[in-house]
Amino acid sequence: MKFAAAVLVLFVVVAVAAPAIAPHDPRATPQSETQKNLPPSGAHPFGTDQYSRDVLSRVIYGARVSLGVAVVAVMLALTLGAAVGAVAGYVGGWTDTICMRFVDAVLSVPRVLLLLVLVASTGPLTVGGIIVLLGCTGWPGTSRLVRGEVRLLKERDYVLASRATGTPEWRVFVSHVLPGLVPQLLVTGTLALATVIPLEAGLSFLGLGVQPPTASWGNIISDAAERPGDTWWVVLFPGLAIVCTVLAVNTIGERLRERMDPRERPRT
Amino acid sequence: MSDTLISVSHLTHEFAAHRTMFGASHATIRAVNDVSFDIARGETLALVGESGCGKTTTGRAILRLIEPTSGHVTFDGIDVLALQREPLRKLRRRMQVVFQDPHTSLDPRMRVGRTVREGIEAHELAEGAEADARVARALEEVGLRASDAAKLPHEFSGGQRQRIAIARALAVEPEFVVLDEAVSALDVTVQAQVLALLMQLQRDRGLTYLFIAHNLAVVERIATRVAVMYLGRIVEIAAAATLYASPQHGYTRALLSAVPVPDPRVKKKRIVWDGT
Repeated sequence: MKFAAAVLVLFVVVAVAAPAIAPHDPRATPQSETQKNLPPSGAHPFGTDQYSRDVLSRVIYGARVSLGVAVVAVMLALTLGAAVGAVAGYVGGWTDTICMRFVDAVLSVPRVLLLLVLVASTGPLTVGGIIVLLGCTGWPGTSRLVRGEVRLLKERDYVLASRATGTPEWRVFVSHVLPGLVPQLLVTGTLALATVIPLEAGLSFLGLGVQPPTASWGNIISDAAERPGDTWWVVLFPGLAIVCTVLAVNTIGERLRERMDPRERPRT
Repeated sequence: MSDTLISVSHLTHEFAAHRTMFGASHATIRAVNDVSFDIARGETLALVGESGCGKTTTGRAILRLIEPTSGHVTFDGIDVLALQREPLRKLRRRMQVVFQDPHTSLDPRMRVGRTVREGIEAHELAEGAEADARVARALEEVGLRASDAAKLPHEFSGGQRQRIAIARALAVEPEFVVLDEAVSALDVTVQAQVLALLMQLQRDRGLTYLFIAHNLAVVERIATRVAVMYLGRIVEIAAAATLYASPQHGYTRALLSAVPVPDPRVKKKRIVWDGT
């Protein structure tokens, strides 16, 4: 947990401080042929790609884009999911049925497939567009969880007691139900981050996500030479960045989940 | 008749025991079956019966915390079951409730002061410093300190928590309070203290109580009249003194025989009610 948190903090610091720590301009493409596909060395610790760009600088700037896209997309997905789930769970009845059948329909299509179809129909997207796309395909799972939690919370005696004092219904919801959702949203959000990071990387690798020359961990890999085996450093370092981040985020998410769920609390 | 505050007639509530795929229910359980009674202003009607006999459902239906299947409830001449959302919400200031378990009826994340204040704000009785003063007064009135407003529920004992729940109910100055097993979860000495507090508050404010309990011994001191409920029906309703002295219904006698006598030398004959 501590190690995972340290790894994550490191990546976040790198992302935020990118301009200060990147040794080169991530977009600079020196025209000299001699700078192309250089293996790691003192001048270029992660080597250079087929356009002679410094891979270390691209990975550092890529952290900004990849983490930024993932965090904002997850926040969007959580907001949408929480809104739909809360309304469905709290109102119940037909509203609930309609919302949940729609969620079932969306969830019946694999997310990757849905993303590919959507990108294929819209063409290359801006970073903002990718965030919206990832956010809008990520909410159904969250809405299901939130709905379940809301249905449990709204039956609590203190919710009934608050209603019985004459508190308006929206206020009962905001003061007694919503705060109870926070732990679950925290866990869901963290775990969602671990699926969105590779999704964005995958899309960008396929050329459907973040567009060059803007660096993201996914599209750096696609800038390897024709045969990636020859320039392994262009694939390895951004790949490691993805793997480490996802592992760290997942570990933190799992720990949070265990801590929130009393059934999994270790006995002392 | 201005003397009657609450009038309940032919109240029935059915729960769906089983639902089909399309939400239609084919079997129902009649938790409350044709229940009628009046409560006069200032009196305490005790509603007594075993677990699952429908007494809590009756209390909740009167307050419209659940929607009863049929029947009528009038509060001071107002048809409670016909009220729209907003008038109902406004009426809630006049009729309050204290639940059985003070560990679940207080939001664990909300400070006591805010919990008590909620009703005051909902009915715009006061705001700002005046609302704070009201909260402080409400807490002091139930035997807590004004400074307790800043604490969270888990910092209190069961009896103190129940006092907070009573303060919450009384902060909006109601006329009628449903005490839904309000002392059942407390141990005997605390029970006596809370009971004494409730009686004190009733004297001071002229409150009307519907006191729901599963134990006839508990209500003996507080009840003006007692209604005995069995399997969703009221089997006997009488003035407290009459009911304790000469119970008419077999089930009432069985309930009375279940009251423990705090003397090990007394051998009591336990009547087991077989439903005839």
